[in-house]
Amino acid sequence: MSLQTARVEEDSTAIPKSTVIPNGSGAAAILSAGIGSFAVALFTIVADKSAYAKNLFVLYKPTGPLSGVTAAAILLWLAVWATLEWRWRKRAVALSRINIIAFVLLGLSLLLTFPVADLF
Amino acid sequence: MEITTRGLWTLIHGMGFGALYLLAGSGALVLLHLRFSTEAQMNVSHRGDRFFGIYLAVMAALGWLTVLTGTYIVYPWYRAAAPAGTANLAGFPRALLLSNPATRQWHSVGMEWKEHVAWLVPIAITMAAAIAIKYGRGLRFHPQLRSALHVFLVTSLVAAGIAGFFGAMLDKNARVEGGQTIHLIQGGKL
Repeated sequence: MSLQTARVEEDSTAIPKSTVIPNGSGAAAILSAGIGSFAVALFTIVADKSAYAKNLFVLYKPTGPLSGVTAAAILLWLAVWATLEWRWRKRAVALSRINIIAFVLLGLSLLLTFPVADLF
Repeated sequence: MEITTRGLWTLIHGMGFGALYLLAGSGALVLLHLRFSTEAQMNVSHRGDRFFGIYLAVMAALGWLTVLTGTYIVYPWYRAAAPAGTANLAGFPRALLLSNPATRQWHSVGMEWKEHVAWLVPIAITMAAAIAIKYGRGLRFHPQLRSALHVFLVTSLVAAGIAGFFGAMLDKNARVEGGQTIHLIQGGKL
């Protein structure tokens, strides 16, 4: 048996399919990342439209509302991730639907962070 | 040859962490493809799995370092308000850009988009690193997880590219300069 063949056999049997980790943990990470990204865009818009929220988001004065917008989004992302991980870690979930939701949220966050109002 | 401390931090933020992230991102896409394409799956090794997880974790660290240095070190210098009546706005990049209609939108569009879109990068890449480390070789059994890694990785590169482009253009139009001068090489008289 050549060395190459031996390696292929060893690696292809390294994880029996029956012991594969369920996709729940991955789904939790993906959906929470989509929600966290969308939160950045959403909080940006809120801070832009409301003077009250803008002041509320100023956690560190030299950086202005950006400090609060990003800190709030990061906290929300981590909280959602921890919650979903706790609930889904041992489960297999419908990942295709979760992927679609996460991709839409991610796409929206790319678009919504663009300052359309400042273009004109 | 000299550089100011503010200029040095801008360099570390953009040309250091940011540019390294973009370089590493293209490598990550190639790695992801090579490791999980149908033909390649038979030849993956445990060491390769570990390397891929560590690679993405390093990218995540670069992503965080880029946004944190940008937001909390460079950005305050950029947005510092100029005292009333200041004629020379060179030390106040935001005010300098807004003072000229020809450069105003580098701030109102460029910086406004850059400062927010950049934060999608560490979120996306941290998620990708966490999945790669958790699933390791098991990722071969989860094509949908791999698709998500692809999409988030590409999106993080797009976001980093937008931030990098505007960062470079902003620096071209209104540099963040000031602070102590660091002499890199002592120049002689011509």
